[in-house]
Amino acid sequence: MIELKGINKTFFSKSGKVQAVKDVNLSIKKGEIFGVIGYSGAGKSTLIRMLNLLERPTDGTVTVAGNNLSSLKGKDLRAARQEIGMIFQHFNILWSRTVRDNIAFPLEISGVSKEKRMKRVDELIKLVGLEGREAAYPSQLSGGQKQRVGIARALANNPKVLLCDEATSALDPKTTDSILELLTEINQKLGLTIVLITHEMHVIRKICHRVAVMENGRVVEKGSVLEVFHHPQEEITKDFVNQLSEPEEMKESIAHLAVSQDGELVQFTFLKGKTGSPLVTELIRQFDIEVNIIQGKISHTQDGPYGKLSVFLKGEPAVIESALKYVREQGVEAEVITND
Amino acid sequence: MIESLFPNVNWESMWEATVQTAYMTAISVLATFILGILLGLLLFLTGRGNIWENKFVNSIIAGIVNLFRSIPFIILIILLIPLSVYIIGTMLGANAALPALIAGAAPFYARMVEIALREVDKGVIEASQSMGASNGEIIFKVLLPEAMPALISGITVTAIALVSYTAMAGVVGAGGLGNLAYLEGFQRNNPDVTLVATVLILVIVAILQIAGDVATRVIDKR
Ligand SMILES: Nc1ncnc2c1ncn2[C@@H]1O[C@H](COP(=O)(O)OP(=O)(O)OP(=O)(O)O)[C@@H](O)[C@H]1O
Ligand SMILES: [Mg+2]
Repeated sequence: MIELKGINKTFFSKSGKVQAVKDVNLSIKKGEIFGVIGYSGAGKSTLIRMLNLLERPTDGTVTVAGNNLSSLKGKDLRAARQEIGMIFQHFNILWSRTVRDNIAFPLEISGVSKEKRMKRVDELIKLVGLEGREAAYPSQLSGGQKQRVGIARALANNPKVLLCDEATSALDPKTTDSILELLTEINQKLGLTIVLITHEMHVIRKICHRVAVMENGRVVEKGSVLEVFHHPQEEITKDFVNQLSEPEEMKESIAHLAVSQDGELVQFTFLKGKTGSPLVTELIRQFDIEVNIIQGKISHTQDGPYGKLSVFLKGEPAVIESALKYVREQGVEAEVITND
Repeated sequence: MIESLFPNVNWESMWEATVQTAYMTAISVLATFILGILLGLLLFLTGRGNIWENKFVNSIIAGIVNLFRSIPFIILIILLIPLSVYIIGTMLGANAALPALIAGAAPFYARMVEIALREVDKGVIEASQSMGASNGEIIFKVLLPEAMPALISGITVTAIALVSYTAMAGVVGAGGLGNLAYLEGFQRNNPDVTLVATVLILVIVAILQIAGDVATRVIDKR
């Protein structure tokens, strides 16, 4: 659905040149929710803005829904943009228009007749759950409601792709969840391809199928969300994954436990549908060890649960060894956390 | 009673002068609104980072605007007498004052328009571009409506300035309340005429201010 080939973007300004995006190649499939994560200044906004050519790439080609956007100009580019919806961190809706007229705006641009516009607006208001607020002005709405207007507006012309630039960063956690749920629902109901950028790993975890990690203008790592969570390769990716799984203080208490007793501190990592409890039961039944659960967390991703369980195994080293072998045979990863 | 308080006031000519002042103000406000928005839009759109960015055109318009804003109005009237004679056919009367009034007020208002347009959220313009809006749609459906409260309060300020411009133009022969106050009031030493003319000018200013405030309040949904 989206194909980026050899994308570079350099900004020239008085203070010199900034290479905001470097040699990015990405291929995003139809119907998937693709996340891009990175710290501030990594080039995420610049990248997503090149997907509808708000920013023209210095090199490379951008193909969206079969259109080679980077070769288009003027009228053709404007027509192609109507197939790509976009939502923004600060919503960017017109304060001078009511909810209804804001949502009708892209339909006016694409030349839909007034009668059809009103019908479509009603559908969209229902889709995003803004019934009863049609006549309100943006100043009378909460942040979450404003973003719903933004989403309805972005979907008005039945786009094939929805771009989200930090769409939840200005919202509180609860509102963020409700907007993410709405995006997931739209993705499933309409089969819409969604590209979203964020600096928050939990956003990626909750709704993305695949993720790319950006650092200094480059995509340094990409893959399915589960895979990246499970086997982060780069330091920066590990940092992002750790945002979710292990708060720092927990790590400290684990290290403390590990030196104070005989035994091994082990972290089990579960994938796809497996959960911790039967395994622990089996360990106690089959081996002469004590299993002390220290910390556990199951995160739900779009591809199934992903969990980590930290346990302290107390017993003879040889018995622990064979217990770990058994665990690994069950398809669960076991990592002995060395205490040094 | 009124006769004894204002013995020298000829109410018929006072009313006529009021109508003339109102006429000059109305026509010049209308023309200033249109011309000022045009110039202000050009100033804004040809400015840095905007859709018609053009340094050359921008500096020419800015130059003209600044030049006209710097000339004292009374001198502008004198400078524009040949233009008035050419367009209107005479240098006397309400119509003859219009070119000078508009030339004095439009550049002033154009700057206010430019500032108002700069206040429009860049993100909203970008969102419109992402929807495939053309430049025309961005101007008429986004920029102007979003800037409208500032455009209205700007034209209110300009209209009030225009009332005092008409009074100055009156001294030079354009008619209206300024003309009456000067000729009948000051030169013939009838302070009651000057007083009544002043009160009427204040009433016109108050009406403009209230109308402007109400309009801004109704339009502003921020
Ligand atoms: N129009 C521009 N002119 C010059 N430099 C720019 C421009 N836009 C972005 N940059 C630079 O490009 C780099 C990447 O910026 P970008 O906005 O893409 O980062 P980001 O990952 O979206 O960050 P954030 O999370 O803070 O939004 C930054 O160094 C920024 O200063
Ligand atoms: Mg950004």
